[in-house]
Amino acid sequence: MTVVEDRPATAETPPPRRGNPLWALLRNSWRQLTSMRTALILLFLLAVAAVPGSIFPQRSVNRENVAEYFTANPELAPVLDRFFAFDVYASPWFAAIYLLLFTSLIGCVLPRLRDHIRALTTVPPDAPKRLERLPHHVGGERRPEDPAAAVAEIAKLLRRRRFRTRLRETPEGWTVSAEKGFLKETGNLLFHVAMLAVLVGVGFGQWYGWHGNRLLVEGTDQGFCNIVTQHDESVLGPRVDAGDLPDFCLRLTEFDATFQTTGVPKSFRATVDVSEDGGKRYRPETFTVNDPLRLDGANVYLLGQGYAPVLRYTDRFGAQQTKPVPFLPTDGMLTSEGVVQFPDVNIDPATGKRDPALQMGFEGVFLPTGGTDGSAVSQFPAENNPVLYLAAYRGDLGLDTGRPGSVYALDRDRIADGDLKKVSGERPYVLRPGEKWTLDDGTTLEFVGTRRFATISIRHDPTQGVMLAGAVLGLAGLMLSLSVHRRRVWFRVLPADPEAAGGSVVEAGGLPRTDYSGFGEEFAALTRHIKEGKS
Amino acid sequence: MAELSNQLMALTVLAYLAAMVCYAGEYAFGKRSHIGRAATRELVGAGGPATYEEAAERLKPSRGDWSGRVAVVLNLLGLALHLGTTVTRGVAAERMPWGNMYEYILSTALIGAAVWAGVLLRKPAVRHLGLFATLTLVVLLGAAALVAYTPVGPLVPALNSYWYVFHVSTIIVSSGIFLVGVVPAAMFLIKNGWDSGKRGFPYTLGRRVGDAGTLERLTFRLHAFAFPLFTFGALIAGPLWAEASWGRYWGWDPKEVWAFISWIVYAAYLHARATPSVRRTTATWIAILGFVTMLMNLFGVNLFFEGLHSYADAG
Ligand code: HEM
Repeated sequence: MTVVEDRPATAETPPPRRGNPLWALLRNSWRQLTSMRTALILLFLLAVAAVPGSIFPQRSVNRENVAEYFTANPELAPVLDRFFAFDVYASPWFAAIYLLLFTSLIGCVLPRLRDHIRALTTVPPDAPKRLERLPHHVGGERRPEDPAAAVAEIAKLLRRRRFRTRLRETPEGWTVSAEKGFLKETGNLLFHVAMLAVLVGVGFGQWYGWHGNRLLVEGTDQGFCNIVTQHDESVLGPRVDAGDLPDFCLRLTEFDATFQTTGVPKSFRATVDVSEDGGKRYRPETFTVNDPLRLDGANVYLLGQGYAPVLRYTDRFGAQQTKPVPFLPTDGMLTSEGVVQFPDVNIDPATGKRDPALQMGFEGVFLPTGGTDGSAVSQFPAENNPVLYLAAYRGDLGLDTGRPGSVYALDRDRIADGDLKKVSGERPYVLRPGEKWTLDDGTTLEFVGTRRFATISIRHDPTQGVMLAGAVLGLAGLMLSLSVHRRRVWFRVLPADPEAAGGSVVEAGGLPRTDYSGFGEEFAALTRHIKEGKS
Repeated sequence: MAELSNQLMALTVLAYLAAMVCYAGEYAFGKRSHIGRAATRELVGAGGPATYEEAAERLKPSRGDWSGRVAVVLNLLGLALHLGTTVTRGVAAERMPWGNMYEYILSTALIGAAVWAGVLLRKPAVRHLGLFATLTLVVLLGAAALVAYTPVGPLVPALNSYWYVFHVSTIIVSSGIFLVGVVPAAMFLIKNGWDSGKRGFPYTLGRRVGDAGTLERLTFRLHAFAFPLFTFGALIAGPLWAEASWGRYWGWDPKEVWAFISWIVYAAYLHARATPSVRRTTATWIAILGFVTMLMNLFGVNLFFEGLHSYADAG
């Protein structure tokens, strides 16, 4: 790989003007920054800087793990956080390294591009005086033609082998200079430029991309439209406005999951109704884990699944409310936890006033396949023996305070304060589909059945295509760069006998310009073929 | 079929182990002149590739020499058994044998072993590296069988994609080659130390080893071949699959982090080797560092960190 001859790159910059130390300093720093050694050091720094991201939990990967880390290490975590240990890849020090590398890369590629264009447009230099000094050499081959004819023949053969060839007439005879393997540097530059393109693509993708997550329960009454307020969580790039999101609506109509006997999932498939005109017309589509739903301006990915028990509460005045409530899986067998809250119940129809002390909340676990031992752990992820264990609470659920709370747990503070009281027994109540539970005040809760839910991610990354193209071109460049070798050969053709003017003597020399161990063989074969007149 | 695969696995490790013992025997008894000559002839190499047999005919085989020949036969036997183990595993699972860490190591090591056998048959002079190659194989397979063993089972839905096949197969092949590449790299450093007069422990191993320059070039060739393949597997096919499956092409999952680190380190190796002012020994140390990061990804990440790459699950 090592280029045997010097690259002219840095030597050509004009000599520093005296008397301007700042300019000299700037230029020296630039030269330092764009040197190969600095590139090496920056590459190392980047590798080292990436390590903490695999040791500490990352917010961009899993927020819950970061929260757990904070609970487990309450003293250390804030200190680490100050050094961006949980946001390594968005940290200023990581950015500093790759921006330096980026600059170094530009500073490195531009002069090399200029040199390469120059090399491509200049003719191969004339043969050195003494060809026998070159690493490869053959001399004294006789040919019957006179020098002009011989040299034309040699040049023709070289051109046929895709050498860039140049003939020169000298006082004594002729020389041929030929060079090949420019694709190596072309490939190398292509690779580095493609790297730049990918880096730029990553940046733009973060600016102009967005994503949102949503838990979607089965049923046409549970549809959702792609607006930020209907995402459970959304992240918009700095250059994205909530109004830029494409408007489409989805309804999960069916969810199929199959499992192996061990409980490991075999396949997931979601069937949805999609509308891309704001909910006027719907068309059916299916998508699976490895085959996202590709819509105009966004892709929808299937990430996970679970169960939403459907519960019907009948209050003191006989009013009924029914709702499916997603329970979040806590293990591979889909043991799921959740909470059902009925804030608007037990409203006296006579007065129309709501009594906060009569709000109802239920908390518990759902098991798609309950065991025989009564433990609250599911035995299998499909619904072979669905069972729901619930505890009932009555009192102020605290949903009106405006304080953000979880929809998957009751407000612990209110339970502690006694605002929210447990009204069921010591052990959770067991409900199977179709069963009804009558509470102490005569109101009832019925476990109607279950629906499936899917967790989906909706994403848009405008630069993905550019990056893929960059990566593929980069790979092509890399392969060229690593497999092509640059080399030069020269032939000197002199008249065999200056007096008699008949025949010629040919001498040849070869120089691999990059570390290329196979050149000897190539040179030998080339000179042999030229001697025999084969192409 | 699954039991057959497990029994073949045991036999594979035994065969490699036996080959290792025989290579060690050759190392202990072998005559320097003999191997040295084969190596030099290989280097001069003007008159076509030198085969081991030519050299052997002229010299009466010594005890060490016999040991070496037996080692090669055992090594090839081990490779056949290894292939059998992997194929029966795939047949038992009714899919490609790389759905979990055990199978992943099994396949990676198979590629490494095949590359090693290829080099061995084409350049018999490298036979003296056999001790280290088989040692690496025994350790890898031993770790796979003892630490990472997982019963046969189908793939979870996320792995059921053709991009996944490209992703994992290219990564397995390239890591196999990187793993083999560390053998000439280490031998180059040892030989180079020996040549420059070091006589301490690891350098004494260099006494019987072939030419340092050849080892260095072999190191480079293997790495230069594996690097684009790894680039394709880890940085193109992997992200394509991740995009379809998880909705993002890159997410800094621990496996991704370490693949990125390995890639950067190997890029640094190629840079260092292309820079005339950086010594070849320094460059080679970078290649060895790359190997360490690959091991970290193969074992460390699977065992220490939790991530999305479920096949990383040790069991
Ligand atoms: C994003 C960071 C970079 C990566 C991943 C990278 C990767 C590579 C790789 C894999 C090679 C070897 C394959 C080939 O010859 O094409 C290479 C060669 C090269 N790189 Fe980089 N590079 C990076 C940045 C730089 C920078 C900043 C410079 C300038 C100082 C640079 C200068 C070179 C040169 C001159 C070669 C050719 C060596 C030769 O064959 O003579 N690279 N690079």
